[in-house]
Amino acid sequence: MESIGRSVIRKDAVAKVTGAAKYTADLKTVGSLYAKLVTSPYGHARILSIDTSAAEKVNGVHKILTGKDTNILTGEEIKDRPILATDRVRYHGEPVAVVIADTLAIAKQAANLVNVSYSPLPVIRSPKEAYQQGVPLVHEHLGDYEKIAEVFPKPGTNICNHTKIRKGSMEIGWAKSTVVVETEVSFPPSDHCAMETRSVSAEILPNGQVIIHSSSQVPFTIKKMLSSIFGLNQGKITVHTPLVGGAYGGKSAIQLEFIAYLASSAIGGQKVQLINSREEDFITSPVHLGLDAKVKLGCDAEGYLQAAEITLLFDGGAYSDKAVDMSRAAATDCTGPYQVENLWCDSFCMYTNHPYATSFRGFGHPESTFAVERAIERLAEKLGMDPIEFRWKNAIRPGQTTPTQVILNESRIGNVRRCIERVRELINWEEGRRIEITPERIRAKGVSCFWKNSNIDTNAGSGAILKFNEDGTVHLNCGVIEIGTGSRTVLAQIAAQKLGIDVDQIYVEMDIDTSSTPEHYKTVASRGLWMAGRAVLAAAEDAIGQLLNVAAQVFRVSLDDLDIGKGFVFLKDNPARKLALKELVYGYVYPNGNAIGSQVIGRGSYTLRGMTFLDPKTGKGVPGPDWTVGAQAVEVEWNKRDYTYKILRAVTVIDAGTIINPKLAQGQVKGAMHMGLSFASREGFIFGPNEVVETTQFRTYKVLRYGENPDYTVDFVVTPSRETAYGLRGIGEHALIGMPAALANSLSTAAEVHLNRLPLTPELIWRMKTGGVR
Amino acid sequence: MTDQSHTRFSVALNVNGVKRKTEVRSADILLDVLRNNFGLTGAKPGCLNGDCGSCTVLVNGWPIKSCMMLAVAASNTNIVTVEGLKGSATQRAFIEKNAFQCGYCTPGFIMNIEGLSAIHPDADDSIIEEWLQSNICRCTSYEEIKAAVYKVLGKKPEAGR
Amino acid sequence: MIGFDFEYYRPATSNEAVKLYESLQAQGKRPVYYAGGTEIVTFARLNQIETGAVIDINSIRECRVYQFNTSELVIGATVTLTHLAETSAFPLLSVTGGRVADHTARNQITIGGNICGEINYKEALLPFLLAESNVIIAGNNGYQDKPIMEAFNKRLQLEPGECLVQILTDRKYLNLPYFSVKKRKIDVIDYPLLTLTALKIDNTIRVAFSGLCGYPFRSREIETILNNHELSREERIEQTVLHLPAPVLDDWIGSAEYRLFVLKNTLEDMYLALEGESL
Repeated sequence: MESIGRSVIRKDAVAKVTGAAKYTADLKTVGSLYAKLVTSPYGHARILSIDTSAAEKVNGVHKILTGKDTNILTGEEIKDRPILATDRVRYHGEPVAVVIADTLAIAKQAANLVNVSYSPLPVIRSPKEAYQQGVPLVHEHLGDYEKIAEVFPKPGTNICNHTKIRKGSMEIGWAKSTVVVETEVSFPPSDHCAMETRSVSAEILPNGQVIIHSSSQVPFTIKKMLSSIFGLNQGKITVHTPLVGGAYGGKSAIQLEFIAYLASSAIGGQKVQLINSREEDFITSPVHLGLDAKVKLGCDAEGYLQAAEITLLFDGGAYSDKAVDMSRAAATDCTGPYQVENLWCDSFCMYTNHPYATSFRGFGHPESTFAVERAIERLAEKLGMDPIEFRWKNAIRPGQTTPTQVILNESRIGNVRRCIERVRELINWEEGRRIEITPERIRAKGVSCFWKNSNIDTNAGSGAILKFNEDGTVHLNCGVIEIGTGSRTVLAQIAAQKLGIDVDQIYVEMDIDTSSTPEHYKTVASRGLWMAGRAVLAAAEDAIGQLLNVAAQVFRVSLDDLDIGKGFVFLKDNPARKLALKELVYGYVYPNGNAIGSQVIGRGSYTLRGMTFLDPKTGKGVPGPDWTVGAQAVEVEWNKRDYTYKILRAVTVIDAGTIINPKLAQGQVKGAMHMGLSFASREGFIFGPNEVVETTQFRTYKVLRYGENPDYTVDFVVTPSRETAYGLRGIGEHALIGMPAALANSLSTAAEVHLNRLPLTPELIWRMKTGGVR
Repeated sequence: MTDQSHTRFSVALNVNGVKRKTEVRSADILLDVLRNNFGLTGAKPGCLNGDCGSCTVLVNGWPIKSCMMLAVAASNTNIVTVEGLKGSATQRAFIEKNAFQCGYCTPGFIMNIEGLSAIHPDADDSIIEEWLQSNICRCTSYEEIKAAVYKVLGKKPEAGR
Repeated sequence: MIGFDFEYYRPATSNEAVKLYESLQAQGKRPVYYAGGTEIVTFARLNQIETGAVIDINSIRECRVYQFNTSELVIGATVTLTHLAETSAFPLLSVTGGRVADHTARNQITIGGNICGEINYKEALLPFLLAESNVIIAGNNGYQDKPIMEAFNKRLQLEPGECLVQILTDRKYLNLPYFSVKKRKIDVIDYPLLTLTALKIDNTIRVAFSGLCGYPFRSREIETILNNHELSREERIEQTVLHLPAPVLDDWIGSAEYRLFVLKNTLEDMYLALEGESL
C-alpha cells in the first residue's frame, strides 16, 4: 500500500492515449463565435490608420475591435501593454485588431481585409543596443505607468527593471584574485513551442457572470487580473482550465484572455473563441527571453573563487510581462551554486523591439547559468585546473551564504558536491575530456552545475480538498494544472500515503474551475508539489482527524489510541478492532439507526513562510524556500572537417529529495534536459529588417526531433527537504538549466574555441573557428 | 460525394469503420472536419502547416497529416483516428513506457506508429527514425517514445549506443 | 482553416482536366492543379495563394502510373515521394526524393507537386535533370513530350492550363553510380543548405544542385569544369564556385559564405565517392 516511491501510472494516461483527453480548443459549443487577430507586420511602426470598412462588409462578421475600443494598459508588474495596439506597434506580431465572426473562415477572410497603414520607426535590436545612451525609447512614458513596488524601471531609458546584488567587498575580492577572466555571452529570444497553441474562450452571461476557458498555467491569476483591469467582482468570474498541451512557462502570461473578454463584451456576451495559429503562438504571444551578459571572475592560486562581477542585460522585448521578474530571479542566483564571498551583479531587463518575453522553464537561470558557467570554464582553464575539480572545490555548502545572503542549511541547499561526484563517474570523466577518434572526429565532454530557487510571490500558497464517496473512494481537488508533469497524480500519491489507502482509490479530475477548485497560486516555478503537497497533506490530516473522531466515539477510546491504514481505522494495540473508511466517511450509523459524525471533507492549505522582498540596494533577502541543485554533463562528437556534431550523451544528477514517483521524476528531468539541448543547439529567432521574425513556423524554427536526441542518463541524490511532503523537492525546470552551458563547454573543448553564443549551429562553430572565411 | 456548386459538398467519409455523412466546404481540411463535424478531437491542430504531426491519422493505412489534406479529397478512403483504436499495443506501450507528458502530440505519434507497425513490422532503427521524425514532441526526451515503439515492434532495447 | 472558398473538381482524364482549366480560367477563377495538396493547403491558409478552383488530378489514370515501358521508367505526376522511396527502380531518385520534408508529408507529396510547386528546392527534380528525362505535358493540343533539360529553366516552363502528367527516364540511367547528399543547417528535417546529386556516366560526372542558389539547376559549364582532369580537384572546385549561375542563397538556413564552404566539402566528398582517392 506504500504510495511513495512507486511509479504509479498517471491518472490521465488512458484519456491521453485514446484521444479522450480534452484541451481548451477541443471544447466546442454550438453558438460560439470565432475571433481572429490582425497583427503587426513590423517590429516598430507608427499606426497611421486602420480601415475596417471592407472587412465589416463580409457576411458573418459581427464586430471588429481596434485599439480605439480599449484604452487599457495591462501587465502584472508594470502596466505597459495595451490589449490592442493603439498609436504604435512595438513588435512583429503585436495584436492590432480583432475580428469576431460566425466562423473562423469568415473571421480569417475579414482579418485579411483589415487595412492598416504603418510608418516604420527605428528599431532596438538587442538589449545591448537598448542600453546605449541616446537610442530610441521603446516606452517614452515609462515613468507614468502603474507598477508594483518591487520592480525598478528607469524612466527616460529602456531599462524596465534593475536588480542590484552587492555582497562582500569587490576591492578585497579582486585583491585576493590571482587569476581573472572576463567573458561575454549572447543569444537571441526563442520560444516555448508548446504543441498546443494558446487558446481561450470568453462568455458573459446575462447576469454578468464571466466564463473564461483558457489553456493556462494561471487560471486564478486570470480571474484576479480580469477583476482588477475591468473592475469586476471576482465572484462573477469563473475560469476553466482543462488539460494543457504543454506550457513551460509560456502559458503563465495573460494576453488572449483580455482580447476574448473584450470581444465577447462587444457583442453582448456571446461566447467567443480565440485560438492562436502556430505563427501567432511563436511571436504574438510571449516568448523566451534573450540575453547579452558580461561576467568577470577571479580566483586565488588554489582555485577558490574570490570575486564575481556580473552584468546581465535581458531581452525582455517590447513589454515587461514576467521578464522583469526573471531578470531579478537570475540576479538572486547569479553565481550558480558556488560560494562567492565578494559579488557585484547588475541585472537589467531591457525593452527592445522584439516579441515580449514571459516565464520560461528555469526562469532566468538557464540564461544566467550559461554566462557564468562559460566564465568558470575559462577560469579553470586559465588556472590550469580540471573544470570538474574547480566546480567541486567551489560548490556551495550548508553554512555558506547565497548571493542574496541567505544562510544555507542542508534542507535548503541539498548536496551539490555529491551531484558533481556522481556526474563525474557517470560521464566517465577519467577517460579524458577530449579524444581524437580519427583525425576528423573529436569526442569531447563538458559539464555545468545548476541551482534554482523559486522567486515567486512571498505569500504564494496552495489549497486542497479531499471529498469522500460513500464507498470510501476519494476525490482530490486542488489547483495545480496538469500541464504534462503528472503533478496531480503525484499529489494523489501523497494523499493516498497519508490516508493509508491505495492510490487507485483516489480520483483526480483534470479540469480546474476557479469557482470550486481551491486556489493554487500558479502552476509555475517547480512549486506545484512543494506547496500543493503541503496543502494535500494538511487536507489528509484534517480528514483523518474527522475520521478518528467518529471512530473514537464508536470504540469509546481516545484519539491517540487510534491509527489509520489499509483502508481502516483501527486500535493501535488491537488492529483487529477496526472500522472500514466506508463505515465512517459519511458518519457512523449504529445498528439502531442513530448516526454520529457527518460527511468527511478534508481541507488543507499552505502559504510559503519567511520569504522577503529584496533590499533594493544590496539584493539582500529570501527569494524562496529552498534550492534544487545538481550537476550535468554532455558528450559530443564533433567533426573537425565540416563542423557538424552529434550529441552522444547527456547526464544529470539532481538532488531531488525524496522521489515520490520515479518514472515521472525521470520523465521531468529527461524532458527538461531535452528542451535545454534543443534550445542550446538550434533554437532562437532570426530577425530580418525592422526586427521582423523570419522563423515563425516549425519549418524554419527548428526543435529536436526523434533520433536527434542523445542517450540520457539521470541519477538522483536524495537529501530530503525538511519542509515538504515526505521530503520532496521541486524538479520540473532544473535539468534544463545547465544544458546550454554543458553543451557549449563540450563543443568549446572539442573545437578548441570559445563558443559563447547560442544556438550552437555548425555554422556558428565554423565562424568562430575560422572567422567565417570559406 | 454530392456536388453542390463545387464549393460545398455533401460527403460520406469512412471514419473508424463507420460511413459518416457530412457537409463540407471544398476548402475544409480533413482535420477540421474530423474535429468539428464528427467531434473526433483526438487529432490535434499543432501547426496546421504539415510541420508537427499532431494531426496525423491513417488514410488507407498510411499516416497522413490531416491538416494538409482536403476533406473532399478524402472521400472513398478509409480513415482511422486515435478514437478508432481500442486498446492497441501502441496505446498500451505508451502508458507502460511513460511516452507522453502533456499528451497533445500523443495521438499523432500513436497513429504514425500504428501505420509503421502495420507496414514495416520489422522496421530497423533507421526506418523508425525516418517515420517518427515527422512528429514533434516537446515534453518527453523521445527516449520514452523509442521504448514504446520498441515494445510495439517487439524489439529489444539496445545495450547502449 | 482556409479563409476563402474555392471550387473542387476531380476529372478522370487529363483532357477533361485541361478543358476544365480553360473554362475556369475564362471565368476568372485562377484555377490550380492539385496533386498531393500539401503546398496548396499550407499556402492557402496564409493567403499566400488565392484560387477560385482546384482541379484534383489524382483520378487521372496516366498520372498514377509507375511502370516500365520498353526503354523507359514511366512515373506519373501523382506518384508520392514515399512510393518512389519505397521502390528501388531509380535509386538516385528514391534517395533524393526520400529526403524532402518528412516521411508523413512524403506520403502526400507527389513528384509532380514537388517539381511544379512554388517552393524552390524541388529536390526530387535533380535526378531527372541528371538522367535527362522527358516530361509528358498535357495541354490544349494533347500531349507534348519534352526533354526536361529544355522544359525546366528555374521552373518547369508550363503554359497556363498545361499539366505535368508523366516523367520518362531512360533505363540506362537508372542504375548508374551516383552521389546524393543533403546538407542541412543542423536538423534532420529541414530545407537544404545544399543538396548535391551526381551521376557518373562513362567516366563523366553530371551534377545538379538545390538549395545553393534561388532555384535548382544543372549547369553544363560547371560539369565541364568538374570533369576537367587537367586541373586538380581543388582547382576544379575553386572554379566551380566562380561559375555558379546565380547568387548563392544567404538566409536563415545559412549564409552564402557558409554555403560555399559546405559546397566545397561536399564536392570533395562527391569526388571521393565517384572517383576514389585523388591521385
